[in-house]
Amino acid sequence: MVETMPRPRSEDPSAAPPALTVDHLTKRFGERTAFEDVSFSVAQGEVFGFLGPNGAGKTTTVRTLGTLIAPTSGSASVAGIPLTSANGAEIRQRIAIMPENPGLYRRLTVNENLQLFAGLYEQRNAAARIGEALEAVNLTARARDLCGSLSKGLLQRVGLARALLNDPAVMFLDEPTSGLDPVAAREVHDLIIGLRQRGVTVFLTTHRLEEAERLCDRVAILNTKLRLVGRPDELRERLFSRSLVVETLNPLVAPDDVFNSTDGVESWRPEGSSSYVLNVADPRNIAPLVTRALVAAGADVVSISESRHSLEDVYLQLIDDSKASQR
Amino acid sequence: MKFSFGRLGAVLRKELREYRRSPFIVGTMALLPLVFLIEPLITIFRIGPSVAASTVDKAVGATFLVLLIAPALLPAVIAAYAVVGEREQGTLEPLLTTPLRREELLLGKALGVVAPAVGIAYLLFAVIQLCARLFASNAAVVPALGQGPHILAEILFAPLLAGWSICVGIGISTRASDVRVAQQLGTLSSIPPLAVVALVSFNVFTPSVTLAVVFALILLLADVIMFRVVVALFDRERLITGAPAQRASSGGGQVPPAGAVRHIGRTGGSDDE
Repeated sequence: MVETMPRPRSEDPSAAPPALTVDHLTKRFGERTAFEDVSFSVAQGEVFGFLGPNGAGKTTTVRTLGTLIAPTSGSASVAGIPLTSANGAEIRQRIAIMPENPGLYRRLTVNENLQLFAGLYEQRNAAARIGEALEAVNLTARARDLCGSLSKGLLQRVGLARALLNDPAVMFLDEPTSGLDPVAAREVHDLIIGLRQRGVTVFLTTHRLEEAERLCDRVAILNTKLRLVGRPDELRERLFSRSLVVETLNPLVAPDDVFNSTDGVESWRPEGSSSYVLNVADPRNIAPLVTRALVAAGADVVSISESRHSLEDVYLQLIDDSKASQR
Repeated sequence: MKFSFGRLGAVLRKELREYRRSPFIVGTMALLPLVFLIEPLITIFRIGPSVAASTVDKAVGATFLVLLIAPALLPAVIAAYAVVGEREQGTLEPLLTTPLRREELLLGKALGVVAPAVGIAYLLFAVIQLCARLFASNAAVVPALGQGPHILAEILFAPLLAGWSICVGIGISTRASDVRVAQQLGTLSSIPPLAVVALVSFNVFTPSVTLAVVFALILLLADVIMFRVVVALFDRERLITGAPAQRASSGGGQVPPAGAVRHIGRTGGSDDE
Protein backbone atom coordinates (compact mmCIF):
# COMPACT_ATOMS: atom_id res chain seq x y z
CA MET A 1 0.00 0.00 0.00
CA VAL A 2 1.06 3.59 -0.43
CA GLU A 3 1.15 4.27 3.28
CA THR A 4 3.32 1.68 4.93
CA MET A 5 2.18 2.86 8.35
CA PRO A 6 -1.25 4.35 8.85
CA ARG A 7 -1.09 7.88 10.12
CA PRO A 8 -2.74 8.05 13.54
CA ARG A 9 -6.07 9.82 13.42
CA SER A 10 -5.95 12.80 15.68
CA GLU A 11 -7.78 11.97 18.89
CA ASP A 12 -6.98 15.42 20.10
CA PRO A 13 -6.46 17.64 17.09
CA SER A 14 -5.48 20.52 19.34
CA ALA A 15 -2.24 18.59 19.93
CA ALA A 16 -1.38 18.65 16.23
CA PRO A 17 -1.48 21.71 14.02
CA PRO A 18 -4.48 21.77 11.68
CA ALA A 19 -3.94 20.45 8.17
CA LEU A 20 -5.83 23.42 6.78
CA THR A 21 -6.71 26.81 8.21
CA VAL A 22 -8.68 29.33 6.24
CA ASP A 23 -9.21 32.82 7.58
CA HIS A 24 -11.66 35.27 5.99
CA LEU A 25 -10.65 34.12 2.51
CA THR A 26 -12.32 35.87 -0.43
CA LYS A 27 -11.99 35.43 -4.16
CA ARG A 28 -13.46 37.80 -6.70
CA PHE A 29 -13.22 37.79 -10.46
CA GLY A 30 -13.77 41.44 -11.28
CA GLU A 31 -17.27 42.24 -10.07
CA ARG A 32 -18.21 38.61 -9.53
CA THR A 33 -17.62 37.08 -6.12
CA ALA A 34 -16.72 33.39 -6.24
CA PHE A 35 -16.62 33.01 -2.46
CA GLU A 36 -16.49 35.52 0.32
CA ASP A 37 -15.19 35.67 3.86
CA VAL A 38 -14.71 31.94 4.27
CA SER A 39 -13.13 30.75 7.53
CA PHE A 40 -12.70 27.20 8.82
CA SER A 41 -10.04 24.75 9.77
CA VAL A 42 -9.54 21.06 9.12
CA ALA A 43 -7.77 18.80 11.58
CA GLN A 44 -5.14 16.33 10.48
CA GLY A 45 -6.66 13.04 9.43
CA GLU A 46 -10.13 14.53 9.10
CA VAL A 47 -12.43 13.96 6.14
CA PHE A 48 -13.98 17.37 5.59
CA GLY A 49 -16.95 17.73 3.28
CA PHE A 50 -17.45 20.96 1.37
CA LEU A 51 -21.02 21.15 0.16
CA GLY A 52 -22.87 23.66 -1.91
CA PRO A 53 -25.00 24.10 -5.00
CA ASN A 54 -23.49 24.61 -8.44
CA GLY A 55 -21.70 27.96 -8.61
CA ALA A 56 -21.34 28.18 -4.83
CA GLY A 57 -17.55 28.55 -5.07
CA LYS A 58 -16.48 25.04 -4.04
CA THR A 59 -14.10 24.40 -6.93
CA THR A 60 -12.70 27.92 -6.75
CA THR A 61 -11.99 27.36 -3.06
CA VAL A 62 -10.11 24.15 -3.87
CA ARG A 63 -8.16 25.89 -6.63
CA THR A 64 -7.29 28.73 -4.28
CA LEU A 65 -6.12 26.42 -1.51
CA GLY A 66 -4.25 24.41 -4.13
CA THR A 67 -2.35 27.58 -5.17
CA LEU A 68 -3.75 27.49 -8.69
CA ILE A 69 -5.39 30.87 -8.24
CA ALA A 70 -4.65 33.71 -5.86
CA PRO A 71 -7.13 34.87 -3.24
CA THR A 72 -8.37 38.44 -3.40
CA SER A 73 -8.11 38.81 0.36
CA GLY A 74 -7.80 36.78 3.52
CA SER A 75 -5.23 34.22 4.51
CA ALA A 76 -4.84 30.47 4.75
CA SER A 77 -2.34 27.81 5.60
CA VAL A 78 -2.22 24.52 3.73
CA ALA A 79 -0.35 21.51 5.14
CA GLY A 80 1.18 23.89 7.65
CA ILE A 81 2.54 26.27 5.01
CA PRO A 82 1.18 29.83 4.66
CA LEU A 83 -0.69 30.29 1.40
CA THR A 84 1.43 32.79 -0.53
CA SER A 85 2.53 32.84 -4.14
CA ALA A 86 6.13 32.31 -3.01
CA ASN A 87 5.14 29.07 -1.26
CA GLY A 88 3.11 27.71 -4.17
CA ALA A 89 5.49 24.99 -5.33
CA GLU A 90 6.22 23.88 -1.76
CA ILE A 91 2.51 23.58 -0.97
CA ARG A 92 1.86 21.69 -4.19
CA GLN A 93 4.64 19.25 -3.27
CA ARG A 94 2.73 18.34 -0.09
CA ILE A 95 -0.82 18.16 -1.35
CA ALA A 96 -2.70 16.40 -4.11
CA ILE A 97 -5.70 17.67 -6.01
CA MET A 98 -8.00 15.47 -7.99
CA PRO A 99 -10.13 17.74 -10.18
CA GLU A 100 -13.64 16.76 -11.19
CA ASN A 101 -12.26 15.71 -14.56
CA PRO A 102 -9.28 13.45 -13.80
CA GLY A 103 -7.46 14.92 -16.82
CA LEU A 104 -5.43 11.94 -17.95
CA TYR A 105 -3.52 11.62 -21.23
CA ARG A 106 -5.73 9.30 -23.20
CA ARG A 107 -2.99 8.28 -25.64
CA LEU A 108 -0.74 7.17 -22.79
CA THR A 109 -1.13 4.07 -20.69
CA VAL A 110 -2.11 4.18 -17.03
CA ASN A 111 1.49 3.45 -16.11
CA GLU A 112 2.86 6.18 -18.39
CA ASN A 113 0.44 8.72 -16.94
CA LEU A 114 1.60 7.84 -13.45
CA GLN A 115 5.25 7.89 -14.53
CA LEU A 116 4.82 11.48 -15.65
CA PHE A 117 3.42 12.56 -12.30
CA ALA A 118 5.93 10.52 -10.29
CA GLY A 119 8.57 12.41 -12.27
CA LEU A 120 6.95 15.75 -11.52
CA TYR A 121 6.98 14.91 -7.80
CA GLU A 122 10.58 13.68 -8.24
CA GLN A 123 9.81 10.36 -6.60
CA ARG A 124 13.06 8.46 -6.11
CA ASN A 125 11.62 4.97 -6.37
CA ALA A 126 8.99 5.80 -8.93
CA ALA A 127 8.26 2.27 -10.16
CA ALA A 128 7.59 0.96 -6.65
CA ARG A 129 5.54 4.01 -5.79
CA ILE A 130 3.40 3.60 -8.90
CA GLY A 131 2.93 -0.08 -8.12
CA GLU A 132 1.73 0.77 -4.61
CA ALA A 133 -0.64 3.45 -5.85
CA LEU A 134 -2.14 1.11 -8.46
CA GLU A 135 -2.53 -1.61 -5.86
CA ALA A 136 -4.30 0.84 -3.54
CA VAL A 137 -6.94 1.49 -6.20
CA ASN A 138 -7.06 -2.11 -7.48
CA LEU A 139 -5.77 -1.24 -10.92
CA THR A 140 -2.54 -3.21 -11.11
CA ALA A 141 -3.95 -5.39 -13.88
CA ARG A 142 -4.81 -2.35 -16.03
CA ALA A 143 -1.41 -0.64 -15.79
CA ARG A 144 -0.63 -1.18 -19.49
CA ASP A 145 -4.03 -0.12 -20.78
CA LEU A 146 -4.38 3.15 -22.63
CA CYS A 147 -6.32 5.65 -20.53
CA GLY A 148 -8.48 6.34 -23.59
CA SER A 149 -9.84 2.81 -23.32
CA LEU A 150 -10.94 3.06 -19.68
CA SER A 151 -14.43 3.75 -18.34
CA LYS A 152 -15.11 6.93 -16.37
CA GLY A 153 -15.08 5.01 -13.10
CA LEU A 154 -11.69 3.50 -13.88
CA LEU A 155 -10.35 6.91 -14.91
CA GLN A 156 -11.41 8.28 -11.53
CA ARG A 157 -9.48 5.45 -9.91
CA VAL A 158 -6.39 6.29 -11.96
CA GLY A 159 -6.87 9.91 -10.87
CA LEU A 160 -6.92 8.76 -7.25
CA ALA A 161 -3.80 6.64 -7.81
CA ARG A 162 -2.10 9.73 -9.22
CA ALA A 163 -3.16 11.71 -6.15
CA LEU A 164 -1.55 9.08 -3.91
CA LEU A 165 1.85 9.22 -5.62
CA ASN A 166 3.37 11.98 -3.48
CA ASP A 167 1.93 10.71 -0.17
CA PRO A 168 0.05 13.99 0.31
CA ALA A 169 -0.57 15.59 3.68
CA VAL A 170 -3.86 16.95 2.35
CA MET A 171 -5.84 15.51 -0.52
CA PHE A 172 -8.42 17.65 -2.29
CA LEU A 173 -11.07 15.65 -4.10
CA ASP A 174 -13.33 17.80 -6.26
CA GLU A 175 -16.61 16.02 -6.99
CA PRO A 176 -14.87 12.63 -7.27
CA THR A 177 -18.07 10.73 -8.03
CA SER A 178 -19.58 13.21 -10.44
CA GLY A 179 -21.06 11.38 -13.41
CA LEU A 180 -20.34 7.92 -12.02
CA ASP A 181 -22.90 5.15 -11.82
CA PRO A 182 -23.77 3.90 -8.32
CA VAL A 183 -21.37 0.96 -8.47
CA ALA A 184 -18.42 3.08 -9.57
CA ALA A 185 -19.37 5.75 -7.02
CA ARG A 186 -19.40 3.12 -4.30
CA GLU A 187 -15.91 2.00 -5.32
CA VAL A 188 -14.66 5.58 -5.03
CA HIS A 189 -16.34 5.86 -1.63
CA ASP A 190 -14.51 2.75 -0.48
CA LEU A 191 -11.22 4.24 -1.64
CA ILE A 192 -11.93 7.43 0.32
CA ILE A 193 -12.74 5.33 3.38
CA GLY A 194 -9.38 3.62 2.82
CA LEU A 195 -7.65 7.01 2.75
CA ARG A 196 -9.41 7.98 5.94
CA GLN A 197 -8.27 4.80 7.65
CA ARG A 198 -4.71 5.61 6.65
CA GLY A 199 -5.04 9.03 8.28
CA VAL A 200 -4.90 11.15 5.11
CA THR A 201 -6.63 14.52 5.49
CA VAL A 202 -9.29 14.66 2.81
CA PHE A 203 -11.05 17.81 1.63
CA LEU A 204 -14.02 16.55 -0.33
CA THR A 205 -16.24 18.82 -2.39
CA THR A 206 -19.53 17.32 -3.40
CA HIS A 207 -23.18 18.04 -3.86
CA ARG A 208 -24.06 14.40 -3.22
CA LEU A 209 -25.33 14.71 0.30
CA GLU A 210 -25.52 11.03 1.10
CA GLU A 211 -21.85 10.86 0.12
CA ALA A 212 -20.94 13.61 2.56
CA GLU A 213 -23.04 12.05 5.30
CA ARG A 214 -21.42 8.68 4.80
CA LEU A 215 -17.80 9.79 4.45
CA CYS A 216 -17.24 13.05 6.27
CA ASP A 217 -16.32 13.77 9.87
CA ARG A 218 -17.53 17.32 9.40
CA VAL A 219 -19.14 19.26 6.61
CA ALA A 220 -19.24 22.91 5.62
CA ILE A 221 -22.05 24.31 3.53
CA LEU A 222 -21.03 27.06 1.16
CA ASN A 223 -23.18 29.29 -0.96
CA THR A 224 -20.63 31.98 -1.85
CA LYS A 225 -20.49 32.62 1.88
CA LEU A 226 -19.93 29.83 4.36
CA ARG A 227 -23.31 29.01 5.89
CA LEU A 228 -22.47 26.38 8.42
CA VAL A 229 -19.73 24.07 9.65
CA GLY A 230 -20.22 21.03 11.85
CA ARG A 231 -20.74 17.30 12.17
CA PRO A 232 -23.71 16.03 10.15
CA ASP A 233 -25.59 14.82 13.26
CA GLU A 234 -24.96 18.11 15.06
CA LEU A 235 -26.28 20.03 12.10
CA ARG A 236 -29.48 18.02 12.11
CA GLU A 237 -30.03 18.54 15.83
CA ARG A 238 -29.26 22.21 15.59
CA LEU A 239 -31.48 22.97 12.64
CA PHE A 240 -34.42 20.71 13.26
CA SER A 241 -36.48 20.09 16.40
CA ARG A 242 -36.87 16.40 17.18
CA SER A 243 -40.17 14.84 16.32
CA LEU A 244 -42.31 11.72 16.41
CA VAL A 245 -44.32 10.55 13.42
CA VAL A 246 -47.59 8.89 14.43
CA GLU A 247 -49.71 6.87 12.02
CA THR A 248 -53.17 5.60 12.91
CA LEU A 249 -55.46 3.28 11.01
CA ASN A 250 -58.24 5.89 10.81
CA PRO A 251 -58.15 9.68 11.29
CA LEU A 252 -58.42 10.73 14.94
CA VAL A 253 -61.76 12.24 15.92
CA ALA A 254 -60.24 14.83 18.25
CA PRO A 255 -56.46 14.97 17.78
CA ASP A 256 -56.24 18.26 19.68
CA ASP A 257 -57.56 16.58 22.82
CA VAL A 258 -55.17 13.65 22.49
CA PHE A 259 -51.92 15.49 21.77
CA ASN A 260 -52.41 18.70 23.73
CA SER A 261 -53.11 16.73 26.88
CA THR A 262 -50.02 14.52 26.54
CA ASP A 263 -47.00 15.62 28.58
CA GLY A 264 -43.90 16.38 26.53
CA VAL A 265 -45.65 17.13 23.25
CA GLU A 266 -44.69 20.71 22.41
CA SER A 267 -46.74 21.04 19.22
CA TRP A 268 -48.21 18.90 16.50
CA ARG A 269 -49.40 19.06 12.93
CA PRO A 270 -51.32 16.68 10.68
CA GLU A 271 -49.45 15.13 7.77
CA GLY A 272 -51.90 13.37 5.48
CA SER A 273 -55.27 12.02 6.59
CA SER A 274 -54.16 9.79 9.45
CA SER A 275 -50.55 10.80 10.14
CA TYR A 276 -49.36 13.35 12.68
CA VAL A 277 -45.98 14.90 13.37
CA LEU A 278 -45.36 15.76 17.02
CA ASN A 279 -42.53 18.03 18.11
CA VAL A 280 -41.04 16.61 21.28
CA ALA A 281 -37.94 17.18 23.36
CA ASP A 282 -37.23 13.52 24.12
CA PRO A 283 -38.73 11.14 21.56
CA ARG A 284 -37.67 7.97 23.36
CA ASN A 285 -39.51 8.79 26.61
CA ILE A 286 -42.46 10.59 25.08
CA ALA A 287 -43.36 7.83 22.60
CA PRO A 288 -44.88 5.48 25.30
CA LEU A 289 -46.96 8.37 26.69
CA VAL A 290 -48.29 9.19 23.22
CA THR A 291 -49.09 5.52 22.59
CA ARG A 292 -51.05 5.27 25.83
CA ALA A 293 -52.98 8.49 25.06
CA LEU A 294 -53.86 7.21 21.58
CA VAL A 295 -55.05 3.84 22.88
CA ALA A 296 -57.07 5.58 25.59
CA ALA A 297 -58.72 7.67 22.86
CA GLY A 298 -59.72 4.47 21.02
CA ALA A 299 -57.29 4.93 18.15
CA ASP A 300 -55.76 1.97 16.26
CA VAL A 301 -52.02 2.79 16.25
CA VAL A 302 -50.20 1.61 13.14
CA SER A 303 -46.77 3.04 13.99
CA ILE A 304 -44.90 5.58 16.07
CA SER A 305 -41.39 6.43 14.97
CA GLU A 306 -38.79 9.09 15.48
CA SER A 307 -38.48 11.38 12.50
CA ARG A 308 -34.92 11.39 11.04
CA HIS A 309 -33.73 14.40 9.13
CA SER A 310 -31.11 13.73 6.53
CA LEU A 311 -28.20 15.96 5.67
CA GLU A 312 -30.23 16.76 2.58
CA ASP A 313 -32.87 18.38 4.80
CA VAL A 314 -30.16 20.45 6.49
CA TYR A 315 -28.70 21.43 3.15
CA LEU A 316 -32.01 22.40 1.60
CA GLN A 317 -32.99 24.36 4.68
CA LEU A 318 -29.75 26.33 4.58
CA ILE A 319 -29.88 26.97 0.86
CA ASP A 320 -33.50 28.15 1.24
CA ASP A 321 -32.41 30.45 4.09
CA SER A 322 -29.60 31.71 1.91
CA LYS A 323 -31.93 32.47 -1.01
CA ALA A 324 -34.38 34.19 1.30
CA SER A 325 -31.67 36.40 2.79
CA GLN A 326 -30.47 37.35 -0.70
CA ARG A 327 -33.97 38.51 -1.65
CA MET B 1 11.77 25.53 -5.24
CA LYS B 2 14.59 25.47 -7.78
CA PHE B 3 14.51 24.57 -11.45
CA SER B 4 14.52 20.78 -11.72
CA PHE B 5 15.92 18.86 -14.67
CA GLY B 6 14.05 15.82 -13.32
CA ARG B 7 10.69 17.52 -13.81
CA LEU B 8 11.83 18.92 -17.16
CA GLY B 9 12.76 15.39 -18.24
CA ALA B 10 9.39 14.04 -17.13
CA VAL B 11 7.59 16.59 -19.33
CA LEU B 12 9.91 15.89 -22.27
CA ARG B 13 9.40 12.11 -22.03
CA LYS B 14 5.64 12.61 -21.92
CA GLU B 15 5.74 14.83 -25.00
CA LEU B 16 7.78 12.35 -27.02
CA ARG B 17 5.49 9.49 -25.96
CA GLU B 18 2.44 11.44 -27.05
CA TYR B 19 3.96 12.13 -30.48
CA ARG B 20 4.77 8.47 -30.88
CA ARG B 21 1.17 7.54 -30.11
CA SER B 22 -0.38 10.14 -32.38
CA PRO B 23 -0.49 9.02 -36.02
CA PHE B 24 -1.57 12.49 -37.13
CA ILE B 25 1.38 14.32 -35.62
CA VAL B 26 3.90 11.73 -36.78
CA GLY B 27 2.33 11.61 -40.24
CA THR B 28 2.47 15.37 -40.65
CA MET B 29 6.06 15.52 -39.48
CA ALA B 30 7.07 12.81 -41.93
CA LEU B 31 5.07 14.04 -44.92
CA LEU B 32 5.92 17.74 -45.00
CA PRO B 33 9.71 17.19 -45.16
CA LEU B 34 9.20 15.10 -48.28
CA VAL B 35 7.63 18.14 -49.93
CA PHE B 36 10.56 20.26 -48.75
CA LEU B 37 12.95 17.70 -50.22
CA ILE B 38 11.42 17.47 -53.69
CA GLU B 39 11.64 21.13 -54.67
CA PRO B 40 15.38 21.59 -53.89
CA LEU B 41 16.23 18.34 -55.61
CA ILE B 42 14.41 19.40 -58.78
CA THR B 43 16.17 22.79 -58.65
CA ILE B 44 19.58 21.19 -58.34
CA PHE B 45 18.99 18.56 -61.01
CA ARG B 46 17.76 21.20 -63.48
CA ILE B 47 21.06 23.05 -63.33
CA GLY B 48 22.75 22.09 -66.56
CA PRO B 49 26.51 21.53 -67.02
CA SER B 50 27.00 24.84 -68.86
CA VAL B 51 25.12 27.09 -66.45
CA ALA B 52 27.12 30.03 -65.06
CA ALA B 53 28.49 29.94 -61.51
CA SER B 54 26.38 32.94 -60.41
CA THR B 55 23.19 31.09 -61.41
CA VAL B 56 24.36 28.03 -59.51
CA ASP B 57 24.92 30.19 -56.43
CA LYS B 58 21.37 31.58 -56.68
CA ALA B 59 19.88 28.10 -57.05
CA VAL B 60 21.87 26.79 -54.09
CA GLY B 61 20.79 29.83 -52.05
CA ALA B 62 17.16 29.05 -52.83
CA THR B 63 17.78 25.44 -51.80
CA PHE B 64 19.12 26.54 -48.41
CA LEU B 65 16.14 28.78 -47.89
CA VAL B 66 13.73 25.92 -48.58
CA LEU B 67 15.72 23.68 -46.25
CA LEU B 68 15.39 26.24 -43.46
CA ILE B 69 11.69 26.67 -44.00
CA ALA B 70 11.21 23.16 -42.62
CA PRO B 71 12.56 23.81 -39.10
CA ALA B 72 10.87 27.22 -39.05
CA LEU B 73 7.40 26.09 -40.05
CA LEU B 74 7.14 22.46 -38.96
CA PRO B 75 7.25 23.02 -35.19
CA ALA B 76 4.97 26.08 -35.22
CA VAL B 77 1.78 24.07 -35.58
CA ILE B 78 2.72 21.58 -32.89
CA ALA B 79 4.04 24.24 -30.52
CA ALA B 80 0.85 26.24 -30.90
CA TYR B 81 -1.03 23.20 -29.58
CA ALA B 82 1.23 22.90 -26.53
CA VAL B 83 -0.76 24.74 -23.86
CA VAL B 84 -4.18 25.28 -25.40
CA GLY B 85 -4.22 21.58 -26.32
CA GLU B 86 -3.55 20.56 -22.71
CA ARG B 87 -6.33 22.90 -21.71
CA GLU B 88 -8.75 21.43 -24.24
CA GLN B 89 -8.15 17.84 -23.16
CA GLY B 90 -8.41 18.78 -19.47
CA THR B 91 -4.85 17.79 -18.60
CA LEU B 92 -3.48 21.24 -17.83
CA GLU B 93 -5.05 21.61 -14.39
CA PRO B 94 -3.65 18.34 -13.01
CA LEU B 95 -0.20 19.35 -14.31
CA LEU B 96 -0.45 22.71 -12.59
CA THR B 97 -1.40 21.11 -9.28
CA THR B 98 2.09 19.59 -9.08
CA PRO B 99 5.29 21.41 -8.09
CA LEU B 100 6.08 21.82 -11.81
CA ARG B 101 7.42 25.32 -12.54
CA ARG B 102 6.20 27.10 -15.63
CA GLU B 103 9.77 27.30 -17.00
CA GLU B 104 10.07 23.51 -16.69
CA LEU B 105 6.75 22.91 -18.39
CA LEU B 106 7.40 25.30 -21.26
CA LEU B 107 11.01 24.25 -21.82
CA GLY B 108 10.02 20.57 -21.70
CA LYS B 109 7.36 21.19 -24.31
CA ALA B 110 9.74 23.28 -26.45
CA LEU B 111 12.46 20.62 -26.38
CA GLY B 112 9.89 17.99 -27.26
CA VAL B 113 9.19 19.87 -30.49
CA VAL B 114 12.66 21.18 -31.29
CA ALA B 115 14.36 17.77 -31.25
CA PRO B 116 12.36 16.14 -34.08
CA ALA B 117 12.18 19.40 -36.07
CA VAL B 118 15.95 19.93 -36.06
CA GLY B 119 16.58 16.23 -36.63
CA ILE B 120 14.39 16.35 -39.74
CA ALA B 121 16.10 19.57 -40.96
CA TYR B 122 19.57 18.02 -40.65
CA LEU B 123 18.40 14.83 -42.32
CA LEU B 124 17.01 16.81 -45.29
CA PHE B 125 20.30 18.69 -45.60
CA ALA B 126 22.26 15.43 -45.59
CA VAL B 127 19.98 13.90 -48.24
CA ILE B 128 20.39 16.97 -50.50
CA GLN B 129 24.15 16.87 -50.11
CA LEU B 130 24.25 13.17 -50.93
CA CYS B 131 21.95 13.48 -53.96
CA ALA B 132 23.98 16.42 -55.29
CA ARG B 133 27.20 14.42 -55.05
CA LEU B 134 25.65 11.44 -56.80
CA PHE B 135 23.46 13.03 -59.46
CA ALA B 136 24.19 16.78 -60.01
CA SER B 137 25.24 17.42 -63.62
CA ASN B 138 26.90 20.80 -62.96
CA ALA B 139 30.30 20.50 -61.30
CA ALA B 140 29.81 23.82 -59.44
CA VAL B 141 26.80 22.56 -57.48
CA VAL B 142 28.66 20.36 -54.99
CA PRO B 143 31.27 23.00 -54.01
CA ALA B 144 28.49 25.61 -53.72
CA LEU B 145 26.48 23.36 -51.39
CA GLY B 146 29.58 22.58 -49.37
CA GLN B 147 30.55 26.20 -48.66
CA GLY B 148 31.49 26.65 -45.01
CA PRO B 149 29.18 29.62 -44.37
CA HIS B 150 26.21 27.75 -45.87
CA ILE B 151 26.85 24.64 -43.79
CA LEU B 152 27.42 26.69 -40.66
CA ALA B 153 24.24 28.66 -41.32
CA GLU B 154 22.28 25.42 -41.74
CA ILE B 155 23.69 23.96 -38.52
CA LEU B 156 23.13 27.12 -36.49
CA PHE B 157 19.96 28.49 -38.06
CA ALA B 158 17.91 25.30 -38.03
CA PRO B 159 17.65 25.00 -34.21
CA LEU B 160 17.46 28.75 -33.73
CA LEU B 161 14.67 29.24 -36.26
CA ALA B 162 12.88 26.25 -34.76
CA GLY B 163 13.40 27.78 -31.31
CA TRP B 164 11.85 31.07 -32.41
CA SER B 165 8.94 29.37 -34.04
CA ILE B 166 8.34 27.17 -30.99
CA CYS B 167 8.58 30.06 -28.51
CA VAL B 168 6.12 32.14 -30.53
CA GLY B 169 3.82 29.13 -30.97
CA ILE B 170 3.81 28.34 -27.26
CA GLY B 171 3.34 32.02 -26.43
CA ILE B 172 0.26 32.16 -28.62
CA SER B 173 -0.88 28.88 -27.14
CA THR B 174 -0.79 30.29 -23.59
CA ARG B 175 -3.20 33.05 -24.61
CA ALA B 176 -5.39 31.38 -27.21
CA SER B 177 -8.70 29.79 -26.35
CA ASP B 178 -8.96 27.79 -29.57
CA VAL B 179 -6.44 25.32 -30.96
CA ARG B 180 -7.12 26.26 -34.60
CA VAL B 181 -6.56 29.97 -34.04
CA ALA B 182 -3.36 29.23 -32.10
CA GLN B 183 -2.01 27.05 -34.88
CA GLN B 184 -2.76 29.55 -37.64
CA LEU B 185 -1.22 32.45 -35.72
CA GLY B 186 1.76 30.29 -34.76
CA THR B 187 2.49 29.44 -38.39
CA LEU B 188 2.23 33.06 -39.51
CA SER B 189 4.48 34.39 -36.77
CA SER B 190 7.22 31.89 -37.56
CA ILE B 191 7.80 33.46 -40.99
CA PRO B 192 9.55 36.82 -40.15
CA PRO B 193 12.94 35.34 -39.15
CA LEU B 194 13.04 33.60 -42.52
CA ALA B 195 13.44 37.06 -44.07
CA VAL B 196 16.88 37.26 -42.50
CA VAL B 197 17.77 33.85 -43.89
CA ALA B 198 16.45 34.87 -47.30
CA LEU B 199 18.79 37.89 -47.36
CA VAL B 200 21.76 35.57 -46.90
CA SER B 201 20.47 32.84 -49.19
CA PHE B 202 19.96 35.23 -52.07
CA ASN B 203 23.35 36.83 -51.51
CA VAL B 204 21.92 40.25 -50.57
CA PHE B 205 24.54 39.88 -47.86
CA THR B 206 27.61 37.98 -48.97
CA PRO B 207 27.63 34.72 -47.00
CA SER B 208 30.54 34.44 -44.62
CA VAL B 209 31.30 32.65 -41.39
CA THR B 210 31.21 35.96 -39.51
CA LEU B 211 27.82 36.88 -40.96
CA ALA B 212 26.39 33.44 -40.13
CA VAL B 213 27.65 33.68 -36.55
CA VAL B 214 26.34 37.25 -36.13
CA PHE B 215 22.89 36.32 -37.44
CA ALA B 216 22.92 33.20 -35.28
CA LEU B 217 23.71 35.29 -32.19
CA ILE B 218 20.90 37.70 -33.06
CA LEU B 219 18.50 34.78 -33.46
CA LEU B 220 19.71 33.25 -30.19
CA LEU B 221 19.11 36.52 -28.36
CA ALA B 222 15.66 36.80 -29.94
CA ASP B 223 14.88 33.21 -28.85
CA VAL B 224 15.96 33.85 -25.26
CA ILE B 225 13.97 37.08 -25.04
CA MET B 226 10.92 35.41 -26.59
CA PHE B 227 11.14 32.48 -24.13
CA ARG B 228 11.22 34.88 -21.21
CA VAL B 229 8.21 36.71 -22.62
CA VAL B 230 6.38 33.40 -23.01
CA VAL B 231 7.17 32.43 -19.41
CA ALA B 232 5.82 35.79 -18.27
CA LEU B 233 2.69 35.27 -20.37
CA PHE B 234 2.03 31.93 -18.69
CA ASP B 235 -0.54 32.86 -16.05
CA ARG B 236 -1.87 29.86 -14.13
CA GLU B 237 -5.00 31.67 -13.06
CA ARG B 238 -5.89 32.86 -16.55
CA LEU B 239 -5.30 29.40 -17.95
CA ILE B 240 -7.48 27.73 -15.32
CA THR B 241 -10.28 30.25 -14.96
CA GLY B 242 -10.04 32.46 -18.02
CA ALA B 243 -9.52 35.51 -15.78
CA PRO B 244 -6.14 37.13 -15.08
CA ALA B 245 -4.60 36.77 -11.64
CA GLN B 246 -5.51 39.40 -9.07
CA ARG B 247 -3.22 39.16 -6.09
CA ALA B 248 -4.46 39.64 -2.55
CA SER B 249 -4.96 43.31 -1.82
CA SER B 250 -4.25 42.84 1.86
CA GLY B 251 -3.41 40.02 4.17
CA GLY B 252 -6.08 40.76 6.66
CA GLY B 253 -9.24 39.88 4.83
CA GLN B 254 -12.57 41.42 5.58
CA VAL B 255 -14.64 41.50 8.69
CA PRO B 256 -17.50 39.04 8.31
CA PRO B 257 -21.04 40.26 8.77
CA ALA B 258 -22.41 39.16 12.09
CA GLY B 259 -24.01 35.76 11.99
CA ALA B 260 -22.92 35.00 8.46
CA VAL B 261 -21.38 31.70 9.47
CA ARG B 262 -22.81 29.29 11.95
CA HIS B 263 -20.15 27.02 13.39
CA ILE B 264 -21.69 24.08 15.13
CA GLY B 265 -19.64 21.89 17.39
CA ARG B 266 -15.92 21.35 17.21
CA THR B 267 -13.92 18.30 16.36
CA GLY B 268 -11.33 17.98 19.06
CA GLY B 269 -10.62 21.63 19.41
CA SER B 270 -10.10 22.49 15.78
CA ASP B 271 -10.20 26.18 15.34
CA ASP B 272 -13.20 27.00 13.24
CA GLU B 273 -13.46 30.72 13.75
